[in-house]
Amino acid sequence: MDQKIQLGPLTLKNPVITASGTFGYGLEFMRYGDLSAIGAICLKGISLAPRAGNPMPRIAETPCGMLNAIGLQNVGVEKFLKEKLPYIPAGATLIANLYAQTPEDFGELAGIFSTEDKIAALEVNISCPNVREGGVQFGQDPHMAAAVVGAVKKRSGTKPVIVKLSPNVTDVRVIAKAAVDAGADMLSLINTLSGMSVDIRTRRSRLANVVGGLSGPAIKPVALRMVHQVAQAVNVPIIGMGGITSAEDVLEFILVGAHAVQIGTYNFMRPDNAFRLVEEVRVLAESLGIESWDDYRGTLQV
Amino acid sequence: MIDSQTPCRDLEVLSCRPGSDPSLIDLVLSAPGWTCKPGQFVMIRPAHWGVELVWPRPFSVCDVSDKGLRIIFQTVGRGTRKLAELEPGQKVTVWGPLGRWFRIDEARPNLILAGGVGIAPFVMLARRERTDNLSMLFGHRLDLEHYPYDEIAARIKSEAMQQKTPADIAQFETVLSERIKALAGVGQVLACGPEPMLKVVRKYCLLHGTDGQVSLENRMGCGVGACLGCVCKTTAGDYVQSCVHGPVFDVRDIELGV
Ligand SMILES: Cc1cc2nc3c(=O)[nH]c(=O)nc-3n(C[C@H](O)[C@H](O)[C@H](O)COP(=O)(O)OP(=O)(O)OC[C@H]3O[C@@H](n4cnc5c(N)ncnc54)[C@H](O)[C@@H]3O)c2cc1C
Ligand SMILES: Cc1cc2nc3c(=O)[nH]c(=O)nc-3n(C[C@H](O)[C@H](O)[C@H](O)COP(=O)(O)O)c2cc1C
Ligand code: FES
Repeated sequence: MDQKIQLGPLTLKNPVITASGTFGYGLEFMRYGDLSAIGAICLKGISLAPRAGNPMPRIAETPCGMLNAIGLQNVGVEKFLKEKLPYIPAGATLIANLYAQTPEDFGELAGIFSTEDKIAALEVNISCPNVREGGVQFGQDPHMAAAVVGAVKKRSGTKPVIVKLSPNVTDVRVIAKAAVDAGADMLSLINTLSGMSVDIRTRRSRLANVVGGLSGPAIKPVALRMVHQVAQAVNVPIIGMGGITSAEDVLEFILVGAHAVQIGTYNFMRPDNAFRLVEEVRVLAESLGIESWDDYRGTLQV
Repeated sequence: MIDSQTPCRDLEVLSCRPGSDPSLIDLVLSAPGWTCKPGQFVMIRPAHWGVELVWPRPFSVCDVSDKGLRIIFQTVGRGTRKLAELEPGQKVTVWGPLGRWFRIDEARPNLILAGGVGIAPFVMLARRERTDNLSMLFGHRLDLEHYPYDEIAARIKSEAMQQKTPADIAQFETVLSERIKALAGVGQVLACGPEPMLKVVRKYCLLHGTDGQVSLENRMGCGVGACLGCVCKTTAGDYVQSCVHGPVFDVRDIELGV
């Protein structure tokens, strides 16, 4: 089977993408596999200025999941372009993940990336639960989401724009439609669910930030439901994610309407998991007699 | 980093034995086919773990040779309790060796300061050819026979202090301070143990102007520098991943919470 998929204007070798914040700048995983074998790599979120991130502890393990409150620590766009991007091997398909606190700054970041040949697409993170300004408040208000998408689209040139949605809303379809109406070429979902973990002995939260974002297998049913809902509400390609840890999980997301998937926490469980998954998905699809993703996508019987 | 070394593979459990105290486990896995330096660590995750525990767990390499990869760990929570149930023949996914190691100063005395299971990385260190510039001070809670203390003491000059009461801990701190002071300008200390002990070591190194390296045990999600969960604060004010920039740091380069 040819695993290739068409994501709007973007062609990927296969539907497996690594999720932002869980695969570093790709460089961290070079010892564990061939970066160009993965459909695409979504890079750690980047902001205009460097960000130190939140105090420790920043991560906690929960049953079938984890909480994180990293707070978008990153080197800033300038250092990223100088010190990271040149070292990522050619052949890897890269998606930049953008974070800013105002629509104008989102636009500015999009402008900077629009001329970078090595970047294939932009993913706009309006859904981070771990930062005070910007982040999830853009992802929870359809007007603000539209303002960000508009500002990014104005400056993104020919790069496709993916808008990453938050699950921390009452009806995810409302934001999805607002983003598409404002020009989003694609949607990705879900970002982490807001959660907490506390220690009854120390009487403290296990995170210095008190609350954090829940990811991992624990969130898969929620993610699957939201991808299913959004796939029926909009007409752009959808990238599904949330708790994927097997080839079966990947096919479940495609079955409910996703064009591609992202792998997050699973990258931590074993650093070569994304590489192994590409092959496992191919084998499973063939064993089910699937000849093309277009035939299989969204064929859930209800 | 040596790229010819196999970075991620499934190793077989050769033995998994509680020591004379059931909370300390001696785990030996089949030989990974690589070498490493004392202070480096591996991430390990049993192949059959399923998804209830999502993270691998980091452990110092206690020893590695063509006979196997040895780890000594203490059962403290969900993961280590499950690891303690491993049986010979089961597979464990291991990636490593990871991180920066203890750097020996060949020209001067090097004093190992180990606390509890923090003694693990020094077993390999004591096996090196040249040991006359090495000595160890070991603080421990359980009786000495529960730890691999004799293996080290057979090769390098060692002393041990048991801590059962707050008064014992205070006395250990006094001795630490004296030893660190005595090495000011003369040698260096290499420390691994619980965080309160490392804070004391760092405090006296800075106070007396003694060179020192400490190994941090921050909570790790990935071990490869990607999750940014294991960071520690540098004296320059940045957060750096202790899995790649550490776990062994120069005491002057990092902050250790108050
Ligand atoms: C570089 C490095 C080397 C290490 N080497 C050794 C070793 O040689 N032998 C050994 O026994 N232990 C070692 N540790 C500590 C070991 O990784 C933890 O004890 C283990 O991850 C706890 O897992 P758990 O699932 O049992 O605990 P959890 O259920 O996750 O937590 C239980 C308790 O343990 C604490 N804890 C969780 N993670 C850590 C951690 N990384 N360090 C310390 N406490 C933690 C939690 O705060 C909690 O109170 C090392 C840690 C690091 C980072
Ligand atoms: C440690 C960590 C850091 C993350 N950082 C980012 C980020 O910088 N930008 C972003 O859009 N999403 C970030 N995410 C969210 C993931 O990309 C993904 O949406 C989420 O983890 C759900 O997928 P999973 O269950 O497969 O992990 C992060 C997640 C984790 C666990
Ligand atoms: S453990 Fe993930 S960055 Fe260090």
